[in-house]
Amino acid sequence: MNNNSKMNNDSKNHLIKSLEKGIRFDGRKLTDYRKVVVETGVSKNAEGSARVKFGDTEVVAGVKMMMEKPYPDTPEQGVIMVNAEFLPMASPEFESGPPGIDSIELSRVVDRGIRESKAIDLKKLCLKKGEKVWMVSIDICTINADGNLLDASALAALAALQNARFPEYVDDEVNYKKHTDEKLPMDKLPLPVTIHKIGNFFIVDPSREEEHGVEARLTITSTEKGIICALQKGGATLTNDEVAQMLELALEKSTELRKYF
Amino acid sequence: MGKLMTQDKTIVVPGETLAEGMDYLPGNGTYRLGDKILAGKVGLICVEGRALKLIPLSGAYAPKRNDVIIAKVIDVAISGWRFDTNSAYSAMLSVKDATSEYIARGSNLTQYFDLGDYVTTKITNVTSQKLVDLTTKGPGLNKLRGGRVIKVNAYKVPRIIGKQGSMVSLIKNATGCKIIVGQNGLIWINGEPESEIIVVEAIKMIQGNSHIRGLTDMVKEFLEKKGCKTDAPAEAGATEKPSEKKFVKGESQ
Repeated sequence: MNNNSKMNNDSKNHLIKSLEKGIRFDGRKLTDYRKVVVETGVSKNAEGSARVKFGDTEVVAGVKMMMEKPYPDTPEQGVIMVNAEFLPMASPEFESGPPGIDSIELSRVVDRGIRESKAIDLKKLCLKKGEKVWMVSIDICTINADGNLLDASALAALAALQNARFPEYVDDEVNYKKHTDEKLPMDKLPLPVTIHKIGNFFIVDPSREEEHGVEARLTITSTEKGIICALQKGGATLTNDEVAQMLELALEKSTELRKYF
Repeated sequence: MGKLMTQDKTIVVPGETLAEGMDYLPGNGTYRLGDKILAGKVGLICVEGRALKLIPLSGAYAPKRNDVIIAKVIDVAISGWRFDTNSAYSAMLSVKDATSEYIARGSNLTQYFDLGDYVTTKITNVTSQKLVDLTTKGPGLNKLRGGRVIKVNAYKVPRIIGKQGSMVSLIKNATGCKIIVGQNGLIWINGEPESEIIVVEAIKMIQGNSHIRGLTDMVKEFLEKKGCKTDAPAEAGATEKPSEKKFVKGESQ
């Protein structure tokens, strides 16, 4: 991020003053999400797709399945891949060119959540050991960035995975024109919630403006059962107490987000 | 004999022929092509004698001399600051136009304006190459401390300010917030968190209903519904016309 995107001290103090009263700049409470909209099947050609909106933040995720050779160290496992791009159309702060730190972090956090929770049984994606496995590639496109891209992207990725259907596979050939009814072997829903710290306050789903004033953030990915499967911290240091509070808040918020599935 | 192809107060789109022949003159937002006058923006057409003027309805802000704008520091240079003006062009403020204080050569300029600071400034000049010069010398021109800044459509700014600042003072009196409206569509608000939210809502309402007559009454009603007192006398909004040109530039706190 460049210098232009940092909030100056005056503005930040003003934001903290507002948070002290329990109100955010757009009238929300500290731990309120903006209006969440989840739409699935937005792309006809993708095996699965979803569009997620958090207020003005909009993300589209697509799933593509290919028949590939597995990696030599995991011959009986399928492959999942997450790729995210911060498109310049989403925000004046994004520039075209090779992916930046932020977009790499985003795709890795989304990937980690799905991988470490073992939400997808990769062994079931193997057709022939060492030769043929399904490669599931998840592409995330940012349409409009107005804060909290990470949670929106992860939600979109999960919704797209749930929406995905295997293409027809006959005579060693994938027929992308026909889809079967078979879903991905997915039995968990690893939802990430990012808790942001501004001053001494914890907020979720920050707007772009609030994001510029954030000191530290912790992304917590948890499953339905409340099992934490991935963490990612950014920004300044956090105390043990703070982390504990954040975890509690994240688990509470993830149940709230789960109702969109 | 020239022929007018459109009527007063109609909405036109870019490229639309407004008049033929040399009897009419192209004004703001219109241009001459051959012997025709065409519209350059989306907006309302205003026929004033022989001159055709276009009041834009939307689009990006274009810097104009003597506009009081709210700008953000994006760079601190050796002898001045570069500002984002919420338009396609950045603007330059040199040290000598910033303050009458003596500033030693090589001193740290960030103690005056730092990166990310919002400043009310006035545009002193816009060259043909669109180099914009600013000044902060003058009443009400200074750094904005605290508060927050929202963006609106720059062409709705006259409606937000209202006739002789009637609209903005109505909101100010009702909510107790300090408000500064820049001509470039940035609005600075400082007050209690709850009132600020009401201000933002009121401004969004003005922006969305700017074509409606009696907007001031509508805003008044809205503010009263939100529990604000609007005793201060406000000008009747019913007489406001979209062609109204005389608005207060950069209403100060």
